[in-house]
Amino acid sequence: MSTFKVLLAAGALTAVGATGAAAGTLDDIRAKGFVQCGVSTGVPGFSYTDDAGNWQGFDPAVCQGVAAAVFGDSSKVKYTPTTGKTRFTALASGEIDMLARNTTWTFSRDVDLGFTFIGVNYYDGQGFMIPKALGVGSATELDGASVCIQTGTTTELNLADYFRTNNMSYEPVPIETNEEARTNYLAGRCDVYTTDASGLAASRAAFDNPGDHIVLPEIISKEPLGPLVRQGDEQWGDVVRWTLNAMINAEEYGVTSANVDEMAGGASNNPEVARLLGAEGDLGGMLGLEKNWAYNVIKQVGNYGEVFETHIGSNTPIGLERGINALYTDGGLIYAPPMR
Amino acid sequence: MAAIEHDSEPLTLGRLWSDKRYRAVITQILVVAGMFMLLAFLATNAVQNLEALGKTFGFDFLWAPAGYDINQTLIPYDSRETHFRAGVVGLLNTGLVAITGCIFATILGFILGVLRLSSNWLINRIVYCYIEFTRNVPVLVQILLWHGVIVSTLPGVRQALSPTEGVFLSNRGFYVPKPVFEDGFMLVIIAFLAAIAGMVVFSRWAKKHQEATGQIYPVFSIGVAAIIGLPLIAFFVAGMPLAFEMPELKGFNFQGGVVVRPEFAALWFALSIYTAAFIAENVRSGIQSVSHGQTEAAFALGIKPNWTMRLIIVPQALRVIVPPLTSQYLNLTKNSSLAIAIGYMDIVATFGGITLNQTGKEMEVMIIVLTIYLTISLLISAFMNWYNRRIALVER
Repeated sequence: MSTFKVLLAAGALTAVGATGAAAGTLDDIRAKGFVQCGVSTGVPGFSYTDDAGNWQGFDPAVCQGVAAAVFGDSSKVKYTPTTGKTRFTALASGEIDMLARNTTWTFSRDVDLGFTFIGVNYYDGQGFMIPKALGVGSATELDGASVCIQTGTTTELNLADYFRTNNMSYEPVPIETNEEARTNYLAGRCDVYTTDASGLAASRAAFDNPGDHIVLPEIISKEPLGPLVRQGDEQWGDVVRWTLNAMINAEEYGVTSANVDEMAGGASNNPEVARLLGAEGDLGGMLGLEKNWAYNVIKQVGNYGEVFETHIGSNTPIGLERGINALYTDGGLIYAPPMR
Repeated sequence: MAAIEHDSEPLTLGRLWSDKRYRAVITQILVVAGMFMLLAFLATNAVQNLEALGKTFGFDFLWAPAGYDINQTLIPYDSRETHFRAGVVGLLNTGLVAITGCIFATILGFILGVLRLSSNWLINRIVYCYIEFTRNVPVLVQILLWHGVIVSTLPGVRQALSPTEGVFLSNRGFYVPKPVFEDGFMLVIIAFLAAIAGMVVFSRWAKKHQEATGQIYPVFSIGVAAIIGLPLIAFFVAGMPLAFEMPELKGFNFQGGVVVRPEFAALWFALSIYTAAFIAENVRSGIQSVSHGQTEAAFALGIKPNWTMRLIIVPQALRVIVPPLTSQYLNLTKNSSLAIAIGYMDIVATFGGITLNQTGKEMEVMIIVLTIYLTISLLISAFMNWYNRRIALVER
């Protein structure tokens, strides 16, 4: 089925006219009335459908933020589930406006594939999960193992490099989606499941007996995950980039969905907050948006920290610590340029 | 004279349309021109869109390191090899499942087709149910079903079933001993080839002899005896130069031996039994197309039942069976691209999937994959057409 999508998208690439990278994505989105957002086919916490069938999670939240910034309504998003393989074709062909799908920012994707990564919303690294019963304590003991791996990802290439440089052999068991990986891993088709450590934690949380599986201590790669758009439309790229930055800055300045009304009403004497929420200057106008664009984002979606805690934080079943994804003020890597 | 007068009429613009002959030519020119314009439009549109995306068109990426590993490789391959070689590995995997699938589907299809005509009510109905069930369930569902059955019902690799020594069944695959040819095995191969060559000469001579004298030799049984017997004698003469490498559980997996992975097994089995159902129907219709009068006439002449089948019924039935059989082979080969659903690394999964994704060369990769499938299909068609001509009724 995914082949079909690739073909369809390749077909769209030839048949569809100038919807490609031509400027004016923002105008197109205003005209059609919603943001078309590419998400994954489902990773607990990161993107999942709620009881009402709507996409929720850490990744869709970025799309919802963008919709709030553009339309003042975070629900004006339509989602396209993509696999590791179909995501880039979907974005390149114009089928989706932005991709928010735990995608690693790499040189070749940014430069050669013609995309623009607008930032990092999760600093991750590739890890290994293995049943405790196998008694393995380190990734260096994995010689000869069968490894479940999502195809079309950077993890696939890291895995090949890691085993080759450590002179170990392995049997790759290629799979398409996180759900397929879970089935194969639990049935014992593979000994090890490898993907981004956050994805492993998320998958493990959804197992019947999460305690029977461990994530090995080795993190074998850098995986900065972030949303991306097509290259060539700077205005649209800026809208998505500054929506994410606004969410991060809001956390830094202590603006939350709960206190944003007071803050906008002048409760804060921080000029950064005044500029962010549109009380001072016209940052929104510079982006081609309303004055209160960032107010809408924070009011309806929340700041970065709120989104993190709601979907994947330590009080959720996923239970991820902020770790290096804490704000730079708390010793993490999350840092946004000033709103000025 | 009238015709010449008619032709010498002045050629007016109206006549171009009202005259049937001119009209035929003009419409054909218009259709061809329209097709070329459509193709040109699509090509320029693709080029423009690629340019707008800032992408270049070229095949240099084929020689860059692929960077990914493939689990089933018929030729040596590792992640430092090129995308081109990864494509070849995938193509060979496609070929493996297509060829073994066609062979098994044909054998199974012929047996089922004959059984479908059995006068035994029970056999007849069982085959009927089998055919209706398999050909009415989408093949993708069947592939997923068999993959699920293997992965979920067979025991894990450390609890593998071992029906006999050296054979293991697990949800990681079926492990069998791997034959290792030692010095002197060449003799067995030479004996085998010699036996085949000898039998070709002998059967030709026997046919001529029969035409001249009417005497019949049991060519088939002599042939089987020679082709099996001669290499067997050579095998013992050479001192049994064959050893087996047993699969052994070491660490995480079995090492050594030959492994049939669940992905291959599920794909091969599902494609084969699906296609066999269609072939069975072709065979049934082929046999039924030969009128029963021919059988009766042969019996009346005193020809033995199995000769009647071999010399009278089958040659005529084949003419009906072979053309649709070609379609079934083509279908099986093309359906093998569903491999991607269960992670069998065929050409679509390796080159059309991972390479496409890692390099972002959608257009180039899809052009290559389409060309490969087209070439394979045309080769199968050409072969089957040649075979069809060979068995066609020779009209004198």
